This record gives sequence, structure tokens and C-alpha cells, in this order.
Amino acid sequence: MAIAAPPKETGRPGAPPSAPPRKGLQLNRWQRAALTIGGFIVAMLAAAGIWGSQMEFPADVGPPIADWVNDTIRTITRNFSFIFDTIADVVLRFLLWLESIFLWIPWPVMVGGIGYVAWRMVSWRMALFSMLALAAVGFTGLWPSAMETTALIVVAVVISIAVAIPLGILAARSNTIDAILRPFLDGMQTMPSFVYLVPAIMLFGIGNVPAIFATVIYAVPPAIRLTSLGIRQVTPQVVEAAQSFGTTRRQLLLKVQLPMAIPSIMAGVNQTTMMALAMVVVGALVGAGGLGEDVLRALQRFQPGEALLGGLAIVVLAIIVDRVTQAWARERQEALRTDAH
Amino acid sequence: MNGQTEPLRMSVRNLWKVFGPAAGPDVAERLAGMSKTEVQEELKSVVALRDASFDVTSGETFVVMGLSGSGKSTLVRCLIQLIEPTMGQIFVDGEDVLGYTEEERIEFRRKKTGMVFQYFGLLPHRTVLDNAAWGLEVQGLPESERRARAMEVLEMVGLAGWENYRPSSLSGGMQQRVGLARALASDPEILLLDEPFSALDPLIRRDMQGELLQLQQQMKKTIVFITHDLAEAIRVGNRIAIMRDGAIVQIGTPEQIMSNPADDYVADFTRDVRRATVITVGYMMEHPTTRVREDDSPDAAVRAMEAAGADAVFVCTGEGRYVGEVTLEEAKQSLRRGDGAVRAPVDRRFAPIQRQQSIEEALANAWDQHGRLPVVDESGLLVGEVERDALIQAAFEAEATEAASV
Repeated sequence: MAIAAPPKETGRPGAPPSAPPRKGLQLNRWQRAALTIGGFIVAMLAAAGIWGSQMEFPADVGPPIADWVNDTIRTITRNFSFIFDTIADVVLRFLLWLESIFLWIPWPVMVGGIGYVAWRMVSWRMALFSMLALAAVGFTGLWPSAMETTALIVVAVVISIAVAIPLGILAARSNTIDAILRPFLDGMQTMPSFVYLVPAIMLFGIGNVPAIFATVIYAVPPAIRLTSLGIRQVTPQVVEAAQSFGTTRRQLLLKVQLPMAIPSIMAGVNQTTMMALAMVVVGALVGAGGLGEDVLRALQRFQPGEALLGGLAIVVLAIIVDRVTQAWARERQEALRTDAH
Repeated sequence: MNGQTEPLRMSVRNLWKVFGPAAGPDVAERLAGMSKTEVQEELKSVVALRDASFDVTSGETFVVMGLSGSGKSTLVRCLIQLIEPTMGQIFVDGEDVLGYTEEERIEFRRKKTGMVFQYFGLLPHRTVLDNAAWGLEVQGLPESERRARAMEVLEMVGLAGWENYRPSSLSGGMQQRVGLARALASDPEILLLDEPFSALDPLIRRDMQGELLQLQQQMKKTIVFITHDLAEAIRVGNRIAIMRDGAIVQIGTPEQIMSNPADDYVADFTRDVRRATVITVGYMMEHPTTRVREDDSPDAAVRAMEAAGADAVFVCTGEGRYVGEVTLEEAKQSLRRGDGAVRAPVDRRFAPIQRQQSIEEALANAWDQHGRLPVVDESGLLVGEVERDALIQAAFEAEATEAASV
């Protein structure tokens, strides 16, 4: 069977097929860049010669669009106020209930409890920091505000997760939905929050509810993205193996994809929470209470000291929430490792 | 190979799978004359399966062998429609599997088949026990029942005591045992093994092959086994299909493949396998030249030997079962003593060679023997004979062919 190879074959790979010979001028990249920029300048000068410099846009499309949006939101407010009133009522009740619980718990228990969680989830250093920092917040007289802010954040995050998980699942399952959702999520994250604070007030009135609404809009995108990513990242080998035993789509989602996406979803919750904390002061602009209100009041009265204390209290909450949720996500990630030791 | 006809379990007819714009219900007509590269360049499509047809009988281990990209993994996935074939037919127990509704397909996967994957595909967030019970869980079996059954199969694959660990704390070989246990848990008639041992290191791989063979002896499942390793194919397979560029180029028993490779492609594979361990005695034996029945007279035995020019003769029972042999000298003495039958001087000096033994195995027993050696089948019937020197020669020839082709 051994056929003698022709002698010229040495086993080395042959030279790659040579690139087709270039025609015309041979230029290096600096010469090419100079030529391109020069071309632009010439074209610009020529265009300015034809239309004149400082040419104006025919700007008459903006006002009608703005009018249409104004009318639409007014119509919605007028005709569907009962829907938004109901939503506002439910959210407000939940918020007040949560706040009253946080304030009802004696503060040493609360501080100790958070310290315990930080110790179990992170480390004793983190526990020590949490307790000292929370005590400091209490001693500066910001305890009730801090609890109100915590309640606001919890409500916003709970609503965000309730919205994000189903949307994330849909985006993971369908490329079309993903493509439709993507620009909206980009918009929600980059749109200045003042833009949706106005309709938020029109729909929900002044107070905590429009602040929560605005917070959810700003903070929900990472939770949606990371839920979708987590589901899409489940290795196809595992999905295929699960399917080969006759799983339904529902079983696949609930027993394989969601459990394996949990670390990613947790990372999303962490980011959502951090972004919600960043909205605390903005929320105060539409009437939300808590630390945001304290900071805003200090701003209006030119009291940098009070503003700093309120700001530091927000930072304390953010650090504790961040470290604890991250540690939790990491723990879940460890549990899902597929490689052998 | 074993002669009796087992019922047909699976039948694949003209199966095509084309990825890309050329896919359509008429691929057979459009692509029949085109090569793989032509389809790739002109139609921007990939032919993963090209007109594959084969039958698998009940209880058989049918191996599909080929290099990566030859379509073997696509083929096994088409069997349970993890990949939808472009055209063709698949019948399992007479049912047209491709015509199933979604519910029927799920039921088929749950009850009829169990699959093992090269990269295990275990659920990392579940224990070994719950992984093994996966198939039963999706069927909706109550927890206690499915766990009891999962324990049984884990014991079968030697993983008792590991049931509460997570897959990540197990070695590769043990993880694949979990994969095997999961496939066996619902006691399916058909096992689909997609390169089950390829990700394991060679020693573990040999062990697992051996254990699979043992399990298979007890279970008698119908197995479709995918591999890229001909030595493995020969070890575990009753029949082997060799694939190239999506087409099946040869189907045959291990010996048929080894001794009659259909083309250079197949011959290339066979070079890496030691022939002496594959080719069986049955393949090179000759018809027995002389034999007498044990109740024949010594006179008849002498005459038979003289007629054949032989100095010994095999002696069989009336049904043809091998009893032993008698030399010309012994037969003549027996004749002088006046024995009634040749039975008396029969000398069973040598345990006969089994037809299904490989040349190497046979030689290990027959090394110190001389002349013609008897060959018997599974039930002890004398079916042939082989010269010891022919065995030695065959073994050396095999080695020589291998040496020359390296």
C-alpha cells in the first residue's frame, strides 16, 4: 500500500498562493492618508462654492414631532389615568410597607443583621466595615432617610427583575426580539433621565412613584441583557444532551437554561442595584424622599457639609449591596463549574 | 456475523443533510454528481450527509467510523432529529421516525433511545444521581422512583457511592460513566454513542470499551457507536460503516474491512490497526480434509488417511462435534488389537481453536503444536482446519504489511 511519494514533495506546506499583482500607483499609508484628507478638503471647498458657506438645515420637522408626543402623553394621562393611578397605588403601598418594616426593626438589630450577612457572604473585614459605616450613618442622623432609600431601591430592583427575566428569556430565544430590544435598551441607558422624568410626573404625579418608574427605566437594561446572555451562554452540548432525552421547551428553560444562567442573572441584579442607587438624587427631583432628598435640600441651601454626609451614606449603601451581591453571584458561579479539579 | 437473522431495528434510507442555500427536498437529484468542493464553491453549501443507507439489526453494535467532518456526528444526530435531515427516510421498528409530530418525537427520545455524548453534556448544577435520573425526570416519574432506578444504573456503571457529588468533582472517565448511566436509566432499546470515549485518555478508554462490551453482553441493546478510531471500531463493533465526505464508503464486519478495504481511504485507516489482532481464524481456515466419526471402524480411519495422504485424522461425534484426533500409527495399532470403533485410541491432545479467535489469540494456544489444527464453532462443531505454520505466516505477513506501509 505504501506508494512512493514523488521526490519533490517534502511534506512542507507550499508557499501561499501569491496575491494578485497590484496595478497602478504604489503608495505607502501616509501617502494614502494625505491623499484622502486632501480629497476631502477639495470636495468641501467645491461644495461651499456651490451652496455658499454656513448653509442651514431645513429645520421644520422637530416641532410637529414634539407636538405629537406632547398630545399623545396628554391623551394617555387624561384617558388612562385609572391604570396609572392603580399602579401608583400598588407600588406606593409596597414601598410604605417595606419602609415601615425597615424603620420598625431596632437599628442595632438591623446593623447586626447586615453585618452577619456580610460576614457569611464576604468576609469579617466586610462585616466590620458594614457595621461601622452603618452606625456612622445612624449617628449623623440619616438613619430614617437611609431606610427610606433602601426601601425605594428594593422596590425598584424587584420591579426591574420582574420585568427583566421574562424579557431576557424572550430575547435569548428569538434573535428578532433581541434585535428589536437592543436599540431600546441602549436608549434607556443613555437617554438623560430628565427626559423621562417629565412624563413620569404627568403619569404618576409627584413623589416616590415617578422616581421608582424613572429608576426602573434607567436600571433595568443590564438585568435584561445579562439574563439573555446567561441563557445564550449555556453550552450547546448541555442543551443538546438534555434535549436528546426528550425535554420539552419548558423543561429545558426551567431545569437547564435558567438554573445555569443564574450567575449571569445575579451579575445583572448587581448592576441594576448599583444603577438604581445612582438615581437616588435624580429621583429626589420629582419628589422622592430618603437620602436623595437630603442631598437635594443641602444643594438648594448651599450646605456642602450636609450634601457630603448624604452622599457618603449613599456610597455606604452602594458598597455593602455591591460586595454582598457579587459574593453571592461568585458562589453560584463556583457551583456551576463544569471542569474537573 | 453470527448467521441467525435478528429482527431489523433501524433502517436508514438515502439520508441527506445539506447545510446552506442548496438545501431542499430535491438535493439528491441536484447534488448527486457534484463533489464536496464543487457544492461548497458553486452553491455555498455543505453536504454533511450524502445518500447514506444502512440497516441495524436488533442487538447489534453498529459502528460508524470516519474522520472529523465526515458526517458521522451529523448522522447520529439525525437518528433522533437533534438535526433535521434534508431528505431521506429513517425507520425504527418499522415506524417512520421523520414523520413524527413534536409530541411523538419527544416520546420517542424518552422511551426508545438513550444517547451518550463525547463531551458528556452533564448538568453541572445537579448531583450525579439527579444527572443519571434526568431522562426519567423529564418523563415525569416521581422522585423516589426515578432516584431508585438511577441508583441501580449508577451501580451498574460502577459509580455507587458517588451519587451525591457534582459532576465537576469527578474525573473525565467517571463523568462519562454518569453519561452512560443517564442513557441506560430509562432502559431504552437503542443506545446512540457519539464518540463516547474519545475525550478520555487511552488507558481509561480501553477500560471503558471493555466495560461497554461486558454491559452489552448482559443488556443486548442495539447500539449505534460513533468513533474516529478504527481500533476502537473493531473492538466494539459487530459491523462497521466507514464514512467519507458524508457518504458511506464501506459497510462490513471488522475482518471484511481489514482484509478487503473498499478503497485507498479505507485502506489508510486499516494500516494503523494490527491485523493479527483483528483477522479471525474463521477467515483463513480451510475445510477439514479428513474426518471420521467416532463409531467408524479403525479400518475406515486408516483407509481415509491413506486416501488423503495424511498421518492423522480428526474424529467427530455423529453430529459433527470435535472429539479429538487419531494418528495413522494409532489407528493401525487399534486395527491390530481388533477394536470395534476408532473411538478407543482417540487422543484429545489439543483444545481446538475457536473460529472467532483472532490469529494472535489462536497462536498463543497453538504455538507448540504441529501440523493441522482443528477449528470449531461456538457449539463445538468441527468447521475447519488450519496449519500452525499458516497461522505463524499470517501473523508475520500482517506485521510485514504494516511495517511496509508505515
